Amino acid sequence: MDYLDKLEAHSIYILREAYREFKNLAMLWSIGKDSTVLLWLAKKAFFGHVPFPLVHIDTAYKIPEMIEYRNKLSIEWKINLIVGQNKTALQNKQTFPDGAVDRLACCKLLKTEALRNTLSGEWKRFKLDHYTGQFIEDENREQYTGVIVGVRADEEGSRSKERYFSPRDKNNDWDVGDQPPELWNQFKTDFAPGTHVRIHPLLDWTELNIWEYLDRENIPIIPLYFDRGNGKRYRSLGCYPCTKPVESNAKNVKEIILELKSGKFANIAERAGREQDKEGGGTLEELRRDGYM
Amino acid sequence: MKERMNIVIVGHVDHGKSTLVGRLLADTNSLPQGKLEQVKRTCETNSKPFEYAFLLDALVDEQAQGITIDTARIFFKSPKREYIIIDAPGHIEFLKNMISGAARAEAAILLIDAHEGIAENSKRHAYMLSMLDIKQVIVAVNKMDLVNYDEAIFDGIKKDYTEFLNEIDIKPIAFVPLAARQGINIIAGSNTIQWYNGPSILELIDTFRKEKEDNQNNFRMFVQGIYKFTEDGDDRRIIAGTVNSGALNVGDEVIFLPSEKTSTVKSIEIYGKDSPLRAGSEEAIGITLSTQVYVKHSELLCRTDEPQPHTTDRFKANIFWMGRKSLQHDKRYKLKIGTKKVDLFLENIESVLDASHLEKSNGRKEIQRHEVAHCVFRTASPVSFDLIEEVKTTSRFVIVDGYDIAGGGIIVEALEHAYNVNIEKASPDLSAFELELKDLIVKYFPHWDINI
Repeated sequence: MDYLDKLEAHSIYILREAYREFKNLAMLWSIGKDSTVLLWLAKKAFFGHVPFPLVHIDTAYKIPEMIEYRNKLSIEWKINLIVGQNKTALQNKQTFPDGAVDRLACCKLLKTEALRNTLSGEWKRFKLDHYTGQFIEDENREQYTGVIVGVRADEEGSRSKERYFSPRDKNNDWDVGDQPPELWNQFKTDFAPGTHVRIHPLLDWTELNIWEYLDRENIPIIPLYFDRGNGKRYRSLGCYPCTKPVESNAKNVKEIILELKSGKFANIAERAGREQDKEGGGTLEELRRDGYM
Repeated sequence: MKERMNIVIVGHVDHGKSTLVGRLLADTNSLPQGKLEQVKRTCETNSKPFEYAFLLDALVDEQAQGITIDTARIFFKSPKREYIIIDAPGHIEFLKNMISGAARAEAAILLIDAHEGIAENSKRHAYMLSMLDIKQVIVAVNKMDLVNYDEAIFDGIKKDYTEFLNEIDIKPIAFVPLAARQGINIIAGSNTIQWYNGPSILELIDTFRKEKEDNQNNFRMFVQGIYKFTEDGDDRRIIAGTVNSGALNVGDEVIFLPSEKTSTVKSIEIYGKDSPLRAGSEEAIGITLSTQVYVKHSELLCRTDEPQPHTTDRFKANIFWMGRKSLQHDKRYKLKIGTKKVDLFLENIESVLDASHLEKSNGRKEIQRHEVAHCVFRTASPVSFDLIEEVKTTSRFVIVDGYDIAGGGIIVEALEHAYNVNIEKASPDLSAFELELKDLIVKYFPHWDINI
């Protein structure tokens, strides 16, 4: 087995443990390359099926192509897609693009808050109807107790300290100072009522590993990652007001791998194009302690 | 580059583990552009001296207190291969984090401060490595600058620590004198320590051997799930798991334990690939059987033509305890071994070890946090397992107390079922007859899924 085989096998093990141990399991899907790899790994773990819903938190500021791609792939792969949104904040224009709050507060409202209330079932969830292609209100409002998330340890400092199974308390808070032990493929799968567990199958993958795996497995990926003629591409996807494309001529997966290995991005952090990370030290940790991915 | 290795850096608090990793990253140009400058700038703004450790101690509390709280995964490349370096905390308070990090490692660097010498956690961490079966170890004697690069001090530590390590069955590959903050012996030798001509720490970690998959051993696979997804007319009933050891072929006769049900492998299933005829250790697979047998997830799948594991409800184990509450008699715990979960009772404490002094104490009634012990356990129903010298991954277990993993251990001996063992205290409502009846039901009618 080479290192990609090992990474794949370990991630599949984690997904199967999660599927057995959590009755109300869901996977967060950000449409980006990492969560698409995660989706592919789920198909591998469950022999072509995806036996849990995929939850997308729609900030309404996602790059429009992401939403199109999301809906198209969900229908093609027969995915149970659930969408959550902070409709109140959007209606009241409590957002950074509206000039009402700063980037960090915007993230908290449109992502963290929406995520917390969608996972707990306190806010309405919307489900993709595969026949009509429309979204309908989901009757199921049960709390998701296991939430699979595609974060990687190499992305940022606080993520480098994560567990594969990481408990969150009633307020979604992450107690980084007192994480549970985790050894020999034994994870924290017992939890008190009201709390939930975040499951991180991609923790040991690097950005390069993700691209190498996308290449090897021929996984369809949203074309925003490629230069389509204007010398620009996205390296990391998010909301358009806060995520900038990078200058690059990489037109396909192989060219991206080359660029990451020896080209211009060999030594530049992936999230360098994310504006919200730059507002002071520990920003992402602060967001993550409150339940951000 | 097709190889990746996980290595852990352990040792006493403040001996310089994070500094070593930070320096290693900086000197091999492994840091993202601007990271070093950014951390230096932050230090200037807050009027504190720059530390290489700040490159790793990412949490706000860690930087404020200058201490590593939790294990970090650091991605790092040498010309030879890719590494995840696991930077483990050295403070006793965070021993469970150190263990969580070390359990993922294939090799270790033990770091000792030359000035302070061998400290409590230098020994305790080494003992934990030994228990976690990490045998490839390099000892780095750091902060040589604080002892004027004195060879005699280095030799003294080398002699004493080698003696200790040999007692716990660790044969270190090398001792290397370092001054991590100054970058001495990190990636290349140096003229500062003229009496040392050996390899640098970077050269040494490239000499760690990568262990091959355990394909020669007996086949074992803990069943993770039995899937039947009927969507799109899929009528396969797939038994899924990751191979713990050995290899399995289509056509092999297999047995599920402890239920003792047998069948034959009809196919090996991997999504998106042609069905292979053989699967080996560490592969995540599914199988279909030629006959439909009723089995549960959590059973141990074995081949009938190979030696069988032990199946019993009593065993001896070496354990380490991480729980806030002590491990006690008369209390119901949960054993998790592979994918199996079963109620567990402590039957007897044979001895408790102070891992930092290797002193044994007998006649103990309970096991405190951070202690290591040799115990006899009893499970509520039979469990299938191997001993540590037979198959590692099917001999390792954790103990759950309430909602939390509170202990870990390895099984060293299988014991006979004992009818006269006094566990009534733990289950006061059950008579000996009821317990036996329960055992029989669990053995022959596992699908009743009783839980008393």
